[in-house]
Amino acid sequence: MSGPSRRQLLTTAGVAAGGAAATGLGLVAVRAARTDGAAPATATTPAAGATDGTSGGTSGGTAAADAARALRVEPFHGPHQNGVATPAPEHATFVALDLRRDTGRAEVARLMRLLSDDAAYLTQGRAALADTEPWLAARPAGLTVTFGWGPRLFDLAGLAAQRPAALADLPAFRGEKLEDRWSGGDLLLQVCADEPTTVSHAVRMLTKDARRFATVRWVQNGFKTPASAGTPRNLLGQVDGTVNPKDAELDAAVWHEGAPDWFAGGTVLVLRRISLTLETWDAFDPAGKELVLGRRLDTGAPLTGTDESDLADLDAVDEQGFPVIDDTAHIRLAKARTPAEVMLRRGFNFDAGPGADGSADVGLLFAAYQRDPRTAFVPVQRRLAATDAMNRWVSHVGSAVFALPPGCAEGGFVGEGLLA
Amino acid sequence: MHMSFLGRPGAARSAAGTVVLTAAALVLAACGSTSSGTGAAASPSASPTAATTTGAAAAEPVTVADTWVKSADSGMTAMFGIIKNTGSADVTVVSATSDAADMLELHEVVMVDGAMKMQPKKGGFTVPAGGTHELKPGGDHVMFMGLKNPVKAGDPVTVVLTLSDGSEVTVNSVGKDFTGANESYQPTPSMSGSMSSGM
Repeated sequence: MSGPSRRQLLTTAGVAAGGAAATGLGLVAVRAARTDGAAPATATTPAAGATDGTSGGTSGGTAAADAARALRVEPFHGPHQNGVATPAPEHATFVALDLRRDTGRAEVARLMRLLSDDAAYLTQGRAALADTEPWLAARPAGLTVTFGWGPRLFDLAGLAAQRPAALADLPAFRGEKLEDRWSGGDLLLQVCADEPTTVSHAVRMLTKDARRFATVRWVQNGFKTPASAGTPRNLLGQVDGTVNPKDAELDAAVWHEGAPDWFAGGTVLVLRRISLTLETWDAFDPAGKELVLGRRLDTGAPLTGTDESDLADLDAVDEQGFPVIDDTAHIRLAKARTPAEVMLRRGFNFDAGPGADGSADVGLLFAAYQRDPRTAFVPVQRRLAATDAMNRWVSHVGSAVFALPPGCAEGGFVGEGLLA
Repeated sequence: MHMSFLGRPGAARSAAGTVVLTAAALVLAACGSTSSGTGAAASPSASPTAATTTGAAAAEPVTVADTWVKSADSGMTAMFGIIKNTGSADVTVVSATSDAADMLELHEVVMVDGAMKMQPKKGGFTVPAGGTHELKPGGDHVMFMGLKNPVKAGDPVTVVLTLSDGSEVTVNSVGKDFTGANESYQPTPSMSGSMSSGM
């Protein structure tokens, strides 16, 4: 995810300067340079200081590479929660919980302590307390566990006055077909790792501790290709590794400065379940697919360039004077137009399996992290909903917004700044 | 019945005179290498501890890591964890107290008539020099009898272990929900007749 070429690109092409930080159903501008089965790294979050997000790949197929991948550990403690700036691994499960009615501030605090404890151990490859399957914790595989709070949690905890204004309900968008079964929730568990067994065990441990306090509202599973395979593709076949902010730009786009104070170092996640209509996409001609996107399908290069890492030239015109990248092309509309529109995107594919008639039920779990959706996701999505040429094949069927509290130090728990 | 805690709040006496331990589930499963219950997590290289040694023998660096107490509304429950002794001499835990319960006992689990039973462990828990002694479901544990208040999941629970030299180790544990297999309570070693721990 973090190859040098991308870093270079993002360093040299800030959003305000017309960089390729596309937003929305993101498109990738750069191929991750790292395709080797690189040395096993303990990838560290920016919170922990280091920034080498090397992901131990498996392309070498050696036992050493496999072990490195399996034993990769992401730090849990720090000023920010993990699983946000952390390069996305191959598997993700998002679980939304609804708190039981009698769950107040004290109960939420107890719950967050338990869950943080579980996360602190499991992410480090250690069995959680009272873990009945400790062997399943032995392959952390880059596990991250991230917690988010929905709007109602603050009401139940009697802390409505402390709810960040950025945690506002999203407005309705044109064309969306939201379903309750993929929407809302009081408490989010975002569990990501390179191995699905690891994810499953962590989700099991977390839900065992949570079920006294909450019921499961929905569960969404996602996957992506390994970082070692270069930029991933979505299930439309598009190169979709998402150009994302890095370093200082990421900090500015994602981490809240604190309003209220306890939220400093937190962020807001918008999670959208985006269904893709593969049947009509299949019937669409390849040239048309590239036009609606603004990029080539084979290389991911913008139509104004030859390499995936080339910046899209939105001003370029053809011999007849028409824009090379159409006015309704996805990448034109999705690109952040102000620094406030920049989001960190961390999407995963989903596949619910074909229906009886063989039609696909696939799509994207679009996870966007930002300081304030009112100035980022909302204006970008309004633009896309209005005129994006991709809308014929893209349908938003689920939506949830969560405030992700800042991280915690050893001995603490996520959310203690508000709850303790 | 011999045990003085019988009939205390939370101990439900059955018609046969046995006591159902609504709070104690002692599962035959390794609790694994986990960490302190106070939320402290730990880098792999720095195992946390949740205990400190006080009292006469400060030279005995005894700590308890990865500790938790099974949540329970009343009656009985148990604490688990890993007692570590980094000193150069063996130490023995001889008793335990907690504000959370009327009485604590040091228990072991043994096979009696083909069933797992828990009973007081003679001589307490001896931790070898430089070694550990694991307290786990299905094995040695610190038994709480006569809970004064519910131990809720996520609640802090403080336990004081007393060593054979009179020094004390304070353990900061935490309540955890836990379900699992059951052992029966054997109030006195080598006696038949037991109390079922009915979790």
